[in-house]
Amino acid sequence: MGNHKKYWKSEIELSSDNEMVHKLRDNEFVNELPIDNFLENKETLKDTNTNRRDFLKYLGFSTAAATLASCEGPVNKSIPYVVQPEQIRPGISNFYATSISDGFDFANVLVKTREGRPIKIEKNSKSEDQGPNARIQASVLSMYDSSRIQGPTMDGQDISWELFNLNISAQLQAMQASDKRIVLLTQTFSSPTTESIIKEFVNKYSNVEHVVYDSISESKSLDAFEILYGKRALPTYDFSKSDMIVSFDADFLVDWQGGGFSKGYSKSRVPKNGKMSKHYQFEANMSLTGANADVRIPLKPSIQKLALLKIYEYISGENVNVKLEDELDGKIKKLASDLKKSSGKGVFITGISDVNAQLIALKINHLINSKVININKLSLIRNGNDTKVDKVVKDVINKSVDGLIMCGVNPSYSLPNSNVFNEALKSLELSVSFSMNNTETAMLSKWVAATPHYLESWGDLEIKSGNYSLIQPTIKPLFDTKQFQEVLLNWIDSNDLYYDYLKLYWNNRILKGLSWNQALHDGVYNLKSVNPLQYINVSLGNRINELKNSVNEGFELSLYSKVSMGDGKQANNPWLQEMPDPLTRVSWDNYLTVSKSDAERLGLKNTYESNGALNSNYAKVLVNDQFIKVPVVIQPGQAKGSFGLSFGYGRTSGVKNELQTGVNGFQVYNQFDSTQSVEIEVINEVHEFACVQLHNTLMGRGDIIKETTLEIFNTKDVGEWNHVPRVSLNHIATPVTSPDVDIWEKFDSSIGHHFNLSIDLNACTGCGACVISCHAENNVPVVGKSEVRRSRDMHWLRIDRYYSSEETFFEDNQTKDDISGLGEALSVFGKMENPSENPQVVFQPVMCQHCNQAPCETVCPVAATSHGKQGQNHMAYNRCVGTRYCANNCPYKVRRFNWFLYNNNNEFDFNMNDDLGKMVLNPDVVVRSRGVMEKCSMCIQKTQKTILNAKLERRVIEDGEFQTACSLACDSGAIVFGDVNDKESEVLKLKKDDRMYHLLESVGTEPNVMYQVKVRNT
Amino acid sequence: MYRVSRIILLLYFRHLIFIQFFKLLLARKPTLFKHFCHFFTSNRVVKFWTLNLLFLFSTSISISAQELDISKGKSLFNANCASCHKLNKKLIGPALKGVSSKYEKDWLYTWIKNSASLIKSGDEQAVAIYKEYNKVAMNTFPQLSNEDIDNILAYSDYVPPAASNTGSSISSSNQSDQSSFTNDLVLVLLTIILIVLVTMLFLVTKTLKRVVSNNGVDTDFKKLSGTPLWEKFIKNQFLVIVSVIFLLLSSAYFAYGYLMQLGVDQGYMPIQPIHYSHKIHAGENKIECQYCHSSARISKHSGIPSLNVCMNCHENIAEYDGEEDLEKGYTKDFYTNEIRKLYKAVGWDETTRSYTGDTEPVKWVRIHNLPDFVYFNHSQHVTVAGVDCQKCHGPVEEMEIMYQYSPLTMGWCINCHRESNIKVKDNEYYTKIHEELSKKYGVEELTVAQMGGLECGKCHY
Repeated sequence: MGNHKKYWKSEIELSSDNEMVHKLRDNEFVNELPIDNFLENKETLKDTNTNRRDFLKYLGFSTAAATLASCEGPVNKSIPYVVQPEQIRPGISNFYATSISDGFDFANVLVKTREGRPIKIEKNSKSEDQGPNARIQASVLSMYDSSRIQGPTMDGQDISWELFNLNISAQLQAMQASDKRIVLLTQTFSSPTTESIIKEFVNKYSNVEHVVYDSISESKSLDAFEILYGKRALPTYDFSKSDMIVSFDADFLVDWQGGGFSKGYSKSRVPKNGKMSKHYQFEANMSLTGANADVRIPLKPSIQKLALLKIYEYISGENVNVKLEDELDGKIKKLASDLKKSSGKGVFITGISDVNAQLIALKINHLINSKVININKLSLIRNGNDTKVDKVVKDVINKSVDGLIMCGVNPSYSLPNSNVFNEALKSLELSVSFSMNNTETAMLSKWVAATPHYLESWGDLEIKSGNYSLIQPTIKPLFDTKQFQEVLLNWIDSNDLYYDYLKLYWNNRILKGLSWNQALHDGVYNLKSVNPLQYINVSLGNRINELKNSVNEGFELSLYSKVSMGDGKQANNPWLQEMPDPLTRVSWDNYLTVSKSDAERLGLKNTYESNGALNSNYAKVLVNDQFIKVPVVIQPGQAKGSFGLSFGYGRTSGVKNELQTGVNGFQVYNQFDSTQSVEIEVINEVHEFACVQLHNTLMGRGDIIKETTLEIFNTKDVGEWNHVPRVSLNHIATPVTSPDVDIWEKFDSSIGHHFNLSIDLNACTGCGACVISCHAENNVPVVGKSEVRRSRDMHWLRIDRYYSSEETFFEDNQTKDDISGLGEALSVFGKMENPSENPQVVFQPVMCQHCNQAPCETVCPVAATSHGKQGQNHMAYNRCVGTRYCANNCPYKVRRFNWFLYNNNNEFDFNMNDDLGKMVLNPDVVVRSRGVMEKCSMCIQKTQKTILNAKLERRVIEDGEFQTACSLACDSGAIVFGDVNDKESEVLKLKKDDRMYHLLESVGTEPNVMYQVKVRNT
Repeated sequence: MYRVSRIILLLYFRHLIFIQFFKLLLARKPTLFKHFCHFFTSNRVVKFWTLNLLFLFSTSISISAQELDISKGKSLFNANCASCHKLNKKLIGPALKGVSSKYEKDWLYTWIKNSASLIKSGDEQAVAIYKEYNKVAMNTFPQLSNEDIDNILAYSDYVPPAASNTGSSISSSNQSDQSSFTNDLVLVLLTIILIVLVTMLFLVTKTLKRVVSNNGVDTDFKKLSGTPLWEKFIKNQFLVIVSVIFLLLSSAYFAYGYLMQLGVDQGYMPIQPIHYSHKIHAGENKIECQYCHSSARISKHSGIPSLNVCMNCHENIAEYDGEEDLEKGYTKDFYTNEIRKLYKAVGWDETTRSYTGDTEPVKWVRIHNLPDFVYFNHSQHVTVAGVDCQKCHGPVEEMEIMYQYSPLTMGWCINCHRESNIKVKDNEYYTKIHEELSKKYGVEELTVAQMGGLECGKCHY
């Protein structure tokens, strides 16, 4: 029986529409939880009014939800193909040969794809040319860039390709009829078919002029070669044939003349039969090439020109009337006579952007009859013409050009006077930009044609004359994109698809009856046809005077390109942004490099914060009437009176906010001259750098980097230059390799495979291709600038760079040995922390050393890291509880800790927090979670796969089959990996080599990674 | 009451022990399971077969009267014609039911033996058929005699008596009804016995109490003990501590047991978008596992077959014509309907026998979910080690609905690695290492563990 009595609390309740009544009733039984508001987004959350009760409810709800969710496993779906493509087998990688040609980087590569996704770039062993550098290794990530343009646009509005083509064709015809001038401004393609299509296009539209524009110009070298040999191209150099290399400001290990020389160079650098090449470098900035030189002479650019003339004088005998300092003069005299005597094995190169300097260099090579330079095999990867580009820019500004079609170039970013140009670009009658990203130029163009990445494209390439290669897609275009060639074919009313055009062209002109499929499979096809070029004798009289007169007394700025960023095409690539510069070890930035004495004079400062971060103040760099504000890095070895600034940074458009780093060096690239006279002022504001190495010198610790001179190497006993460290055993000095000093039980690794990795410090140029390759192979996360600043970078493989405190490392060791007493130790070591004004430099790649007696293994409380029979130090991530004890106990500091969940965390909005960016992940390697240690695994997924392949094919494994990502990426042959239990293996020979040593051998860790003593030819 | 419950408990424990024992046995001798299963199934199967035999026997008598061997005709039909013809349905060629009444016998003889020459000769009937079936000529069968053709025609005309078919299905359903009925009966009996026992116990105590009171004994137990039992218990500190410890330990034990099974999905049997029966494919039709899961030989994934693999067979198998399980509702129509789902997904138009191109991939629910941090490679186990699929996936050929047979825990993996030997025969890769290692360990055959199969990095990277 229900109770029907009603008790009134007050008389107000009698009136049903009283506000008070409603309020009370609502408060008594509170409404449902506003979960929708709560979960929707941050904005609505702010607006909702949450009281204590609600908070407790949310707490209860989320606890219950979390408990429920953790008990119930997620339902995973598995969706097979409807019709499975023949080549795709889930779980098996396919490799395709293709090539990259983005206008700055050109190479033949092999692309690893998994389930139809390209995930890694490797070198194509069939190609004669250089393998992929760091930027090319990273280029696969640039395809999975969520900021790419997804379809063609007109005035920023999406438009269909049909309309796009119809409109532009119509406009082209109209402009042709009214004879309005159109310029087709493109990158260097060095592609036979593309050039043929452009020719057809220019033929159809007679009002179109084709101009090639390289953002970082080699035009002066091209001009010089044309003057001497009658053809606008670049010669090729085979440094493996060289005995003596003299380079004037040519950073040939990075991007000089398109780069690609480190493979041959490294070959000549490894002492063989007591011989190796000798490398002299005259330069202003401390470049990667200079860091590898035997003799490095820092000279500011204008003095370089004089020195260059002097060398020419000593070689040719032609008097140039140049007076140099006596010391320098003496060195140059000696050098010139050595060059003359080098019997064709010497070479002289220069990177000075001056036609006359380039001419002299070519002439010197002609005079010394150099065999290193090859004038018959031409490099075709730079073809830009400064005068033409300059004229186009001026014409655009003067409005004497009405239309501009651009492909592969970004003039709004890379032109020095871009502001004026940009205004003019906006008002052009026709402006079309072919682009992958919303670049500065694309933003200002009326029409933007979305182009595919090279991994989604067809194409061909002729990197060197006669060395043809093909570009083939490795994935269907991710977006609604069309290739430049395809669109151009449409505009000339051709019904051909570009693929058909390409195939026909190759079959008719290049393959001539040979198999197209074979060429596509190999990716390369070499044609041996030589049209020898004739040397044209040119008088240099006037040119010598011109060169002399261009000398500048004031400060000079040398612009250069970094190994990581190049010309800035891939500024949106987090791998490259986080890759530390090989020399300054700064990531996520560019900066003004300054010599120490200039910095002191001007008041430019670098300071260290207590947590090990680098700060600086700014320099105001005045060039002509404009200035840029740049942070400063004091660079040992920087020539006095000179400054350095790299290209490629300071992108502002089409790049994620976090990746918009640095200052645009192109702003001061006047007249496409990499040397500019500048004035410097100090701006006292603090700039924060993300620098991964602050300790610059070795402090005389000669056992970390062992090095010697060629003379000692050839004449003295091994013990003299590569002695085994000794430790005290009962007060008797005993070699650390002796079993008596060992307190551990040894692992028996005599049966089965035992992997070792050898790193040759002579061959290693420090280029960093291995670092990016490791990133791609092992799903190494990117952590961003502020985390790198906290020393939380995740690179499994780092390349340490050390400067000498004295002139040479040898002197460092002596200084340290001569120290007596505590007082002297304190003062001398204090001084040794500072690198010399012109130091020797050494690079040392360091990854997990895979110690046979690993200090990390013994301290792990949960046995998450353990030793494998094959020599690898295993790391079971799911077992790790994150005590970080192992990292503290590692003498090599190679273990990395996941401070955050770098994947799926909006604070780290890089490739791993992005559905598209995740497609690059290697499915064979786990993505590590927050709170666990990680480190180099010696690519155990690769060694295991090699073993499995052998088991499946029931055969033994041959030497060379075992590879790691770094050994595969190393084009200079510095990193060699293999099985030391295989008697025939290369790595066993290296292990037995006299030059072999282990890092910190005195600790007794017995690493499975070894180094080869660096030999300098001083 | 107490005793009864003890008996029930005992019975239950014994049952548990039996199961455990059986499980143990299974672990040692996996084949035992097969025998065991066989025992249960065969009982039913035997009954079915006797019925079927009876049915066959009765029908064969009736056919013999027709002086034509229909069974011979059937086997000939299956061997020669079935790839292109069906009895009731157009396949590549026309349906054959009643074909003998449509055409003259002599014409049929020549047509079947060599249709091409008949078409060439310009025979009107022949040319008409040729045109109707997209100018695809029928294969020639010169090896068939006129008698053979008669047999085939007799088979194609034969209409099986409908009654016997329904009879068999009724009997089978009866049988299943019967078994459930006996189960119920046993349960009812047990309940009755239980009730009787309880009443008896109650009566006995009542009688005893009466006897005691009649004899004048003081039955006030409270007076005897003074304090109630629970108060005594609380006052006895030792007992309290011991029982608390016991409680804590046992709850820890159960908590551990609960936690250890978290994420272990043994027996996980999700409902799939298409009711695909491994029992019919792998069991009854004896299709090799790796015919469909071909990637298992070479890749880390076994691979769920793409739909075009299904269509290799199902282009010609549009209807299910096998055994039914009416109890669970797996009728012929049910299975045929599932085949329809495949056709819809793959975009196959049955009437025109062509692909429409209108596809929608099937979203299977993944059953075996290894965590991300473990690397498992099928080819290593299937091709190199020669492990049977059933070792990990269980008796798939008997699974109507696929489920996770093994726990897929690390302990389970490791255990197998400890027990299994490496298959080194004819594998040059192993020759050297096996020789050296077996010398080192002094054994003839190496286990996976001895080869390094227990190292963390072999599966975790």
